[in-house]
Amino acid sequence: MSTTETKPESAEVEAHDDSHDDINHDDIDHDMHPSDWKYIQIAIILALLTVAEVALYYFPPGPFEVPMLIALMIVKFVMVLMWFMHLKFDSPMFTKAFVAGLGLAVTVYVAVLSVFEFWAG
Amino acid sequence: MADTATKGVTLSEAIVAEVGAGGHATNTGYSNEKLGMWVFLGSECLLFGGLISTYLLYQDRAIEGPLPKDLYDIPFTSVSSFVLLMSSLTMVLAVSAQMRGELPRARTWLIATALLGGIFISGQVYEFTAFVQEGMGFTTSLAASAFYTLTGFHGAHVTIGIIMLLSLVSASANGKIPKERAETVEIVGLYWHFVDVVWILIFTIVYLIT
Repeated sequence: MSTTETKPESAEVEAHDDSHDDINHDDIDHDMHPSDWKYIQIAIILALLTVAEVALYYFPPGPFEVPMLIALMIVKFVMVLMWFMHLKFDSPMFTKAFVAGLGLAVTVYVAVLSVFEFWAG
Repeated sequence: MADTATKGVTLSEAIVAEVGAGGHATNTGYSNEKLGMWVFLGSECLLFGGLISTYLLYQDRAIEGPLPKDLYDIPFTSVSSFVLLMSSLTMVLAVSAQMRGELPRARTWLIATALLGGIFISGQVYEFTAFVQEGMGFTTSLAASAFYTLTGFHGAHVTIGIIMLLSLVSASANGKIPKERAETVEIVGLYWHFVDVVWILIFTIVYLIT
């Protein structure tokens, strides 16, 4: 029992320690979450990425428009998940719980859309 | 169990010690409520994945009436998207303030988040009204039905989020959410950020990639 009880907790601490290795410690509060200023910086970046998306809509760079829009969308998606939803700092178990659903959804619906694309008369 | 027995500590004492130290007395060692919210959000991916896929399949299917993409007002929707994005910032600032024990500031940020969500919903109501006046009702075409179902479901999620935020403000004002219960605010925050993340997908896939 003690093994099963202590293992996840120690794993959580390790995950926190690992995740802090690649971030600026000046931006982190003592409660292991980013400072308010860091959140504002992330929001500014997200706003700029949105401006870039709208600019791509009005000034499409030919065949690169859709791939670039999708790339910007994925960057924004991941930034909100990692920083605002704290997946960068929280236990990997939360990431696994979410990615399980997200991965299943992407797999299922890419398969469905592919079937309509390749098999529709 | 063996260790606690050898050290002469009962399981209930070990649980009390763990909770007192800021841990969670659960089988996983993590908060059940938070883990439950993440699993729920994972399942929501399937819901919105289905709605987005349906829209992608039917976006050009209309025997009569205009297609949704013929009516989009991109500058207006861009501002709405910006408002929802900024509501994620105010939400995370509310969680941050709550964790520091600055409860009045946390309530202010929660109210700001609810207001920004309200502005987004008002924009969606305006957009839907404008589209109906242009001749695109819910049953006008497959494309219209798919569009209204997708964006309507998202709007319903935002509305539920606003209700949750206002409930939090009310509970906090009544002293029911002290600093120690910051996780409650964080869990509502997870839901709110997910709603924002879904709109990031909808804005690009539905509105910008036509």
